[in-house]
Amino acid sequence: MSLHPILASLRHHRLATLLIVLQIALACAVMCNACSLIAARWHAMQLVSGVDETSLGALYLTGYEPQQANDLNARMLEGLRRIPGVTSVNVVNTVPFGPQAGTVGVTLDPAGKHFGGVVDFYLGTPGTLEAMGVKVIEGRAPTAEEYRAVEDFVPHDAGVLVTRSLADHLWPGDSPLGKEFWIDHFHYRVIGVLQRLAIAVPGSRGAESSDWSVYAPALAGPRFAGTYMLRAAPADLPGVMHKAREAVASLAPDAVLTRETSLSIPELRTLRFANDKAMMGILFGIIIALLLVTALGIVGLASFWVARRRKQIGIRRAIGATRRDILHYFQLENFLIVSMGIVAGGVLAYGISIGLMMYSEVPLLPPSYFAAGAVVLWSLGQLAVLGPALRAAAVPPVAATRAG
Amino acid sequence: MFGYYFELAVRSLRRNPVLTGLMVLAIAVGIGTSMTTLTVMHLLSGDPIPGRSAQLFYPQVSPDTVRVNSLHPAELMDYRSAMDLWSAKRADRQAIMVDSQLKVRAPGTNLPALMQYMLSTTTDFFSMFDVPFEYGSAWSADDDEKHARVAVISSDFNHKLFHGENSVGRTLRLANTDVRIVGVLKPWRPSPLFYEVHGGRMAGGDTADFYRSPQNIFTPFQTGLEINDGNFQQFTCWRVPETPGHLKNAACQWVWLWVQLNDSSKVADYRRFVAGYAEQQKASGRYTQTLTAVPSLMEWMTTNRVVPGDVRLQTWLAFAFLVICLCNSIGLMLAKFLRRSGDFSVRRALGATRGAVIAQCLVEAGVIGLAGGLAGWLLTLAGLWLVRRQDVAYADLVHLDPSMFAVTFVLAVVVSLLAGALPAVRAGGVAPALQLKTL
Repeated sequence: MSLHPILASLRHHRLATLLIVLQIALACAVMCNACSLIAARWHAMQLVSGVDETSLGALYLTGYEPQQANDLNARMLEGLRRIPGVTSVNVVNTVPFGPQAGTVGVTLDPAGKHFGGVVDFYLGTPGTLEAMGVKVIEGRAPTAEEYRAVEDFVPHDAGVLVTRSLADHLWPGDSPLGKEFWIDHFHYRVIGVLQRLAIAVPGSRGAESSDWSVYAPALAGPRFAGTYMLRAAPADLPGVMHKAREAVASLAPDAVLTRETSLSIPELRTLRFANDKAMMGILFGIIIALLLVTALGIVGLASFWVARRRKQIGIRRAIGATRRDILHYFQLENFLIVSMGIVAGGVLAYGISIGLMMYSEVPLLPPSYFAAGAVVLWSLGQLAVLGPALRAAAVPPVAATRAG
Repeated sequence: MFGYYFELAVRSLRRNPVLTGLMVLAIAVGIGTSMTTLTVMHLLSGDPIPGRSAQLFYPQVSPDTVRVNSLHPAELMDYRSAMDLWSAKRADRQAIMVDSQLKVRAPGTNLPALMQYMLSTTTDFFSMFDVPFEYGSAWSADDDEKHARVAVISSDFNHKLFHGENSVGRTLRLANTDVRIVGVLKPWRPSPLFYEVHGGRMAGGDTADFYRSPQNIFTPFQTGLEINDGNFQQFTCWRVPETPGHLKNAACQWVWLWVQLNDSSKVADYRRFVAGYAEQQKASGRYTQTLTAVPSLMEWMTTNRVVPGDVRLQTWLAFAFLVICLCNSIGLMLAKFLRRSGDFSVRRALGATRGAVIAQCLVEAGVIGLAGGLAGWLLTLAGLWLVRRQDVAYADLVHLDPSMFAVTFVLAVVVSLLAGALPAVRAGGVAPALQLKTL
C-alpha cells in the first residue's frame, strides 16, 4: 500500500497527529528510563554478601555496664549455645545488612597522607569466619594466637583479611598479602584475602564500595560485647532466632535487646531493600498507568477519526477497496504515528537519561531498553487501533451515498 | 449565560459517556499521581519552623587538621570550638547540642528498661525553637551551669510512661543517674528534624531519616555528658579518640551549635566573629584551615538536600505523567468538540460570536476538570494512604492539608482548561456556512 494518502491525511490533521506523537514520545521516554531505574534497583538488590545468609542471624544488646561485659558475654554465649538447633555462636561487631559498626577511613601510610577509602571492619571471635561461610581465596585465616583482646572499636595492631575488591582498590595489580595500612596510629597487615564480604549497609557509600570489608580477629572483652551471631540450619533459623530473642530476658536481664535489628540475615536483608522494593513497585505502577493512558488516547482519537471519515471510507469501499485494505490503512497509519513518537521519544529518553546520570548512579540508558520500549509501544498502538480499525472496515460501501 | 453553558456542557457530556469517562479518567489519574507526590514534596520541603527559621543559623568551622584540602567547613564541631563559640554568647540565643543513646527506666512504673535517644543541650534550645510545653517548663541557665540532674520529656514518652499525666517532679533513671522531670512537651514534630540535619551531602539522596521524630528525652548539656560518659558517637574523627565514647578532648566532630540572630547586621557581625575565631585558632596552631560558614536554617537544609532522592524522582515522574494525561485530554477534547462542528456552525449561523462558542467549550472543559478533580482527590487520598504504609521516617507526617486539598481542584480545573483551550479555539474557528451545507 502506498504511504502517500496516509501522509497527506496526517498532514491534514496536523494537531491531532502532533498530540498523539507527543504523548507517545513522552510515554516512551518515561517508560525507558523508569525501566532502567527498576533494573538499577533490582541489580542493587541482587548483591552477594559473601556470607551464608540463610543460616545466620544476629542479636544486638545494649544498656549494660562496661564492667558487666565479660559476664554478659559468658552468659549469652553459654545460654545461646544451649538453644536446640544452634550450631555456633560468636561475638561479632555486626553482620552484613545489620547496623553499621566498624566504619572507618583507612590510610596507606602511618602519617595519614595517602587516604585509602572508607571501609567496614568486621570483628569476630575464633570460628567467626567459618560460621559466616566466607571464603579465604589467598593467604590464610588467622591462627588461634592471633585472636587477641581489643581495647577499642577495632584492634590497635592486627593481621587482617581484606576482600578481593578492597585489595584491588587499595593495591591495584599487586598482591595484597603482607601489605600494610593504618587508621591514625593503629596498624594492620594483610594476611589473607576474602572472596566477598559485603559492608553492613551496602550501597551507602556508593556501589563501588559495597564490598570494602576488613575482617579482624578479636577476643570478646569489655570493649567487644553485646552483639552475637548465631548459626543454625536454614530450616531451623526462624525458630532459633525466636527462641534466642526470648532467651535474652532471662540470660541478660539488665541489658536491652534491640528488637528492630535482632533478626536473621534474610530478614535484615529484606528490611534493607524494603524502600528499593517499594520504589520498584511505584515505577512499575507508573509504567502500567502510562501504557493504559496512552492506549486510551489512541483508542479515543482513532475512533474519532473513523467516525469523521465514514463517508470517505464508504467511497473507498464503493470504488473497490476491500475490508482488508481499510483495516490495513488504519493499522499502517497508527504504525507511522507511533514510529514518529518513538523517534522523538528516543531523543527525549536519552536527554532524561543524561540528566539522571548527573544526579544519581544510573548508567546511560542501554539501547536494548529503548528497543524493547519501541516494540512495546508499536504493539500497544496496534492493539489499541484494532477496535476502531475493525469498525472502519465494517463501514458498508453504501455509507458513501449518505450525508454526514 | 454561564448557567446555560453549564447545562449544555452536562447534556453534551452525558450524550457520550464513554468519551467523557475517558477524559475524566485521564485527568483524575494525572491529578491523583501528581498530587500524591506534590503533597509529600510539600510536606518534606516546607519550612520546619515557620516564622522563626529566618533568624536561625548554623555556625561551621574547620577544626580538622589532617584532611586539609576540604571544600566545605566541617559538618559538626569538636567540643572546644563549640564551647568557645557558645560561651562567647555573641548571638541573641545559642544552644550547643549532642545526642546519644542510653538506657532509661522509670521507677514506679512496670515498664522494662528502654534504650532511648537523649538530646543534651542548653536552655535556649526551647525558647529558640519555640518548643511548646504541656506541663512545667524548660530548665534554667542556672541548671545548665550547675549540671543539674533534670530532664524534659516528649509528649509521646509521657504518654508511654505516665499515661499522659502531669509528670513534672517525677523521677527518671537515665543510665545510672536519677533525674527529675521539670517539663513535658506538647506534641512537637518539626519536618524535617532540622536541628539534627547534617551529612546530607554524603547521603546519596537517602535522607528519609532527617524526618524522624525528635528525641524523647532532653537534658542539660553537661548533665548529659556526665550521665552518659563513654557512650558518645562521633560523626567523624581526624585522630582516633583515646577513650572511645569519651570525646571531650578528642579530635572529633560530634557536637554542634544553633544560634538565633534577630537582624541582618547581627548576622554579618556573627559571621565576622566566627571567621575571626577561626583566624585566631589558626594563629594559635590549633586549626590549620580558616574555612567557616554560618548558613541560615533554610540554606543549611538546601545544602543537605533534605528531601529524599526517591521523593524528588517520584515528583518528576508524576509530572511527566500529568503532561501525558494533558496531551491525552487535549486529543480527546479535540475529538469531542470537532465531532460537534455541526452544532457550533448552527450557533454561529444564528449569530453566536466566536468568543461565545469558545466560552461554551471552555465551560465544558471546566466541568470535566471538576469531575476529574473530584476523582483525582479520591485517588490522591488513596495514594497518600499507600505512602503512609511505607516504612519511612516521614510516613506519619503524610496527610492532605487544606491548602493541598484546594490545590487538587485548582490544578484539575487549570489542567482541563489548558487542555480545552486549543480544541475550543479550533471549535470557535468553525465556519458557519460550510458546516451547514453538510447537515
